[in-house]
Amino acid sequence: MSKGYNILIVGVGGQGTLLTSRILGTVAINLKQDVKVSEVHGMSQRGGSVVTYVKFGETVNSPLIEAGETDVILAFELLEAYRWIKYLKKGGKIIVNCQRIDPMPVIMGKQKYPEDIIDRLNELDLQIIPVDALCIAKSCGNIKAVNTVLLGVLAKHSGIDKKIWIDSLKENIKEKFIETNLKAFEAGYDL
Amino acid sequence: MKKLLLGNEAVARGAFEAGVKVATAYPGTPSTEITENIATYDEIYSEWSPNEKVALEVAIGASFQGARAICSMKHVGLNVAADPLFTVSYTGVNGGLVIVVADDPGMHSSQNEQDSRYYALSSKVPMLEPADSQECKDFVKQAFEISEKFDCPVILRLTTRIAHSRSIVELEERNECGLKEYKKDINKYVMMPGMARKRHEVVVKRLKDLKDFSNQSTLNQIEWGNTDIGIITAGISYQYAKEVFENASFLKLGMIYPMPDELIREFAKKVKKLYVIEELEPFIENHVRKLGIEINGKDLLPVTGEYSAQLIKEKLLGQKTEKEETADIPARPPVMCPGCPHRGIFYVLARLKLVVTGDIGCYTLGALPPVSAMDACVCMGASIGMAHGMEKARGHEFSEKCVAVIGDSTFIHSGITGLIDIVYNKGNSTVIILDNSITAMTGHQANPATGYTIKGETTIQVDLVKLAEAIGIKRVRTIDPFDVKEAEKAIKEEIQAKEPSLIIARRPCALLKGVKYKGAMKINQEKCKMCKMCMSLGCPSIVDKGDRIEVDEALCAGCGLCTRICKFNAFSKAGEQNE
Ligand SMILES: Cc1ncc(C[n+]2csc(CCOP(=O)(O)OP(=O)(O)O)c2C)c(N)n1
Repeated sequence: MSKGYNILIVGVGGQGTLLTSRILGTVAINLKQDVKVSEVHGMSQRGGSVVTYVKFGETVNSPLIEAGETDVILAFELLEAYRWIKYLKKGGKIIVNCQRIDPMPVIMGKQKYPEDIIDRLNELDLQIIPVDALCIAKSCGNIKAVNTVLLGVLAKHSGIDKKIWIDSLKENIKEKFIETNLKAFEAGYDL
Repeated sequence: MKKLLLGNEAVARGAFEAGVKVATAYPGTPSTEITENIATYDEIYSEWSPNEKVALEVAIGASFQGARAICSMKHVGLNVAADPLFTVSYTGVNGGLVIVVADDPGMHSSQNEQDSRYYALSSKVPMLEPADSQECKDFVKQAFEISEKFDCPVILRLTTRIAHSRSIVELEERNECGLKEYKKDINKYVMMPGMARKRHEVVVKRLKDLKDFSNQSTLNQIEWGNTDIGIITAGISYQYAKEVFENASFLKLGMIYPMPDELIREFAKKVKKLYVIEELEPFIENHVRKLGIEINGKDLLPVTGEYSAQLIKEKLLGQKTEKEETADIPARPPVMCPGCPHRGIFYVLARLKLVVTGDIGCYTLGALPPVSAMDACVCMGASIGMAHGMEKARGHEFSEKCVAVIGDSTFIHSGITGLIDIVYNKGNSTVIILDNSITAMTGHQANPATGYTIKGETTIQVDLVKLAEAIGIKRVRTIDPFDVKEAEKAIKEEIQAKEPSLIIARRPCALLKGVKYKGAMKINQEKCKMCKMCMSLGCPSIVDKGDRIEVDEALCAGCGLCTRICKFNAFSKAGEQNE
């Protein structure tokens, strides 16, 4: 990780990707690493395709991650996972929430939503980790905790001490939501 | 203490530490979070002003009375505030005055890609540009020092990737600097020709002093590396360039107006090949060329769109990156949310096939398919003036097939004057205010029509009906945009009226806290006749599966608009019977 660690969080505007990136930023600070997080606010948050870049390293200049330079993609939605796949390094990891949200061209029947995204990803040189985060979040009693479930999965695959993740989670979540979120995090971690 | 802050949060923190007393703004991506964050400090008075011009005028008043004041806006906001800007350059300040302007290269959330740096040049006001969040905070504090030392406003320029990136910031204490003494001085503060002529001389002299300062200041720094390549750059472009040319020499400009000529000459002399790397216009480049220095810049790099390390590699080093085409991936344009109150009106406008002059806000999404019910959108407030102009060009009858649509915040921002114009100049246009009780597009800010302040305190709410009546509109009516039958009737009647009309379509944004529709809709496949009427709503939770229509329950807000347009009663709340 000393050479830097790049994470891309992709999804659909409104899915709550921003909290995830904030927690990741705290993880970097707790690891005493330099970090930059580039977020999307504004128009795209209205159901558009959104991407957040998180870069750890000794010193980080550009907040953007270039194609082919991502260690892990955390995808909140299937089509968005596929859209951003060229940003992944060879052999990189992609954690995919299996939720499907149809974009307007598909809703209108103008374009087809590719049905075989997981198969297509499986053909590539990468590690794919599919997660039914919506279902897990529901069973933890909070459908909104999809992001913390996915964070748990990421934590498991990151090689970073679990305690650092949990501390960072607590630093970014309001007291009264900590319990359900910790439950969701553990559920993701134990997958 | 170290914290990971957005550039915008760091600007807010800088204002706090600098002892700012008054902060004003009108929201606009990518600047909005500055003032949202300032509002969390009790030591600072903050407000959402009705528009950027008023915001700057309030900040100017605070400065004249000796307070440090900050005023924030997006790039196009500075067009609105340009009038006070050019003259406050002449008066100068008393307490420090900093104007923050956030440009949006790549137009993530904007209607144009203008380069605000030219405002510094033409108003003769110094401009600073930070390259990360730490600098955002530090530069705000330095901007106040410069403002008070040189008796001028200072502009801090951000771009989206600075404003909306988080990086590590060291926090410090607030410096409570108090109020400066106010002395009445009409030669400084009253700009009539006689006084202004003298002040312009002062401004010209000030610019010379600022140039000397720019040459000395640590805001502009040379980082010597290998002298084969030298790069002059600023802001986010510095970060991109640094990633590509790790070992080159850099002249990093923090003060981009006025520029440090001597430093530029010194730097240029010592490097073999010189590049200027800057997004948008050749602002630095043209200046360096004027000094007689040979460089490469916009001959290789674009004036449109955002840069990235990859783009610089491609354009300057000729390193092609393979662009695999991922052809069959459907695009995901933004859409009106499930439950959006605007959807009802756009459904009707599309049915009536009217010419719709549009405005800026969430409802601009009504221009996109499948709704496609908008003909024009230019700038805030323009919907009303354009409708009037169309009628004046084509004759009275035209107003029978044209309406203007405008949001509540946008109407207050700059729609009122347009409406007065219609009445005053005997137009017939119909204007629809889409009042969702919030400034939604920029992420839910209060405005004068909501009855709340930036701090969430209740305040006097603008009464839109009375306002319209007071300016002379006789036909004013309020409707529920989800009552599509009533809306259609109202619009038909008002466009035919031979006088101006105002329709207020009122229903709160579905994302507001108090709005709860409870439960998703479901569709009864036996009742559904596949007429696809519901598909014309453009609701993201109603999906055409080819052989049937489905409701995506995870997305559906349960607003029930679909039940009002389905002729076959096929929609109902999950859990309810639809008889
Ligand atoms: C001069 C200017 N200032 C700010 C903006 C940013 N902006 C775009 S839309 C919008 C708010 C729109 O609010 P409203 O009119 O209430 O419509 P809503 O989004 O709530 O539907 C703002 C502030 C802009 N485009 N131009």
